[in-house]
Amino acid sequence: MMAADGAKDSWLSDLSAHELTDLLRSREVSAAEVTEAALSRVQAVDGEIAAFLRVTEDGAREAAAALDAAAAGGEPWGPATGIPLALKDVFTTKGIRTTAGSRILEPYVPPYDATPWVRLREGGSILIGKTNCDEFAMGSSNENSAYGPVHNPWNLSLVPGGSSGGSAAAVAAGEAVWALGTDTGGSVRQPAALCGVVGMKPTYGRVSRYGLIAFASSLDHVGTFTRDVRDAATLLGAIAGHDSMDATSLEDPVPDYGDALRRGVEGIRVGVVESWLANEGTQPGVRDAVRRSIDLLAEQGAQVDPVELPHSDYALSAYYLIAPAECSSNLARFDGVRYGLRVDPGGDVERMNRATRGKGFGDEVKRRIMLGTYALSAGYYDAFYGQAQKVRTLVIRDFDEAFGRFDVIVGPTSPTVAFAIGEKANDPLAMYLCDLFTIPADLSGMPAISVPCGLSEGLPVGFQIIGPLLGESVVFQVAAALEEAVGVSERPPLAQAAATSGPPQDA
Amino acid sequence: MPLEIDIEHIAALARLDLTDEELERYRRQLPAILEAAARVGEVAAEHVPPTSHPVSRTNVLRPDEERPCLTQEEALSTAPAGESGRFRVPRIVEAE
Repeated sequence: MMAADGAKDSWLSDLSAHELTDLLRSREVSAAEVTEAALSRVQAVDGEIAAFLRVTEDGAREAAAALDAAAAGGEPWGPATGIPLALKDVFTTKGIRTTAGSRILEPYVPPYDATPWVRLREGGSILIGKTNCDEFAMGSSNENSAYGPVHNPWNLSLVPGGSSGGSAAAVAAGEAVWALGTDTGGSVRQPAALCGVVGMKPTYGRVSRYGLIAFASSLDHVGTFTRDVRDAATLLGAIAGHDSMDATSLEDPVPDYGDALRRGVEGIRVGVVESWLANEGTQPGVRDAVRRSIDLLAEQGAQVDPVELPHSDYALSAYYLIAPAECSSNLARFDGVRYGLRVDPGGDVERMNRATRGKGFGDEVKRRIMLGTYALSAGYYDAFYGQAQKVRTLVIRDFDEAFGRFDVIVGPTSPTVAFAIGEKANDPLAMYLCDLFTIPADLSGMPAISVPCGLSEGLPVGFQIIGPLLGESVVFQVAAALEEAVGVSERPPLAQAAATSGPPQDA
Repeated sequence: MPLEIDIEHIAALARLDLTDEELERYRRQLPAILEAAARVGEVAAEHVPPTSHPVSRTNVLRPDEERPCLTQEEALSTAPAGESGRFRVPRIVEAE
């Protein structure tokens, strides 16, 4: 009996949310068992992966026990009920320390909760912990965290991508069933691609940003990490919708995203961004995997044609003016007065501000604050920030024109598979190129997903599907069809090793 | 023409104490990044309007009703220093 329970812990960690929901509803497993499975997986692998900055095991156990008690009293199971969740450490969680991966927020215990977290908690999802990330979500490798790097579950010497690297790695390794991250220039889709999970960034304003520690407010999107497309549809459905606490939140009703999953792609018009495939930075193995996926969509009846996004080459340049400009303004709030670290060398308040910020921020954050301050400073505003905002218009016009002819636009998520920790750490421009194909959908606010589409040199490749504004359903529709055509995704070796056995045969 | 950036001036505007090593690094890196970013000028023509938000909403209003907010105690709970229900900071105005 004891041995069977131990075995159950292991295989429960690798099930999707919808598989777990079936087991939970039929009472074959309890929320407590699912939670223990996640916590024991964290125990088994997180010493090596370092996805979590904080594990909230007491809260998780209490929440699970409460759910099991409610279920015994006849309370129905919702689609998020009992599902282990990881939250990127940029979502405020009342009473749970929240650092954004920064020293400057090391002591910060928020007095309020972020809206997406409130919605998931009320839906019964169980918080396993807060995940590591690049400091203030600035980075593409998770190496910019003040608390050390995250290791990719597929190969521990490689980065998981960033900035939501901890959330991506946690879901890939079975430490959580699903997770939330944020995507400002690709920070959900790129780590999802590099860790072999599904990463969904919805339309700007679709999910409330209330309680998010801001990086660049016109670009910040809440996004999801899951192990399959169906879970992505469920998780987004659980957090989407209007919130009066976020003035950019959209009032449009939220459709049932699950409805789109079985529609197939017969007659769907797919535009392929050929210039992304042909880009000199795109690895041949990535190109091949994406090409094979495009062929699979065509075999399923999709109508595939090339599409041009003439200004997408300029999107990266615009992004590295707009994002630093907004961050230099947003991060002005970290002044050593209201929260976080204070370094007081003596003297007046401005000396304290400067010392606190000099000590509290890491290298990449300082670099972007400096870039943004320069781009917004007198005499340079028009040449940099003003021009970048015009390019943003041109990028959006390209998409608008393309969506007149196509239902979705596809290409690689990332030009490369996961790279070595340290490889790009001293070359900011090389690191910025990681987000070349993800930035356009952040500038335009359009929904975009990364779906695993095979391996290159043993590492996962992500296939990106972009839809028009509020076109989440068609994005999920194509993603689900591709996922089915590609077949069962391989699991990272580390998760396979931790899962010592399958489900008991005679239940 | 390579960009000349007064790094100390920008650091002062940004309220950042930087070490000599950091000043040197950013003096070297910022011009390279900004020159790459300045490519936006190649296509941003006079007649193109700027975009500040991908999905713009104007005049977002809510009913003018009281609703719960942080208590004074909660708001101060995260501060490095407080006193008498206020944030305590080093002196702001020069002494006479």
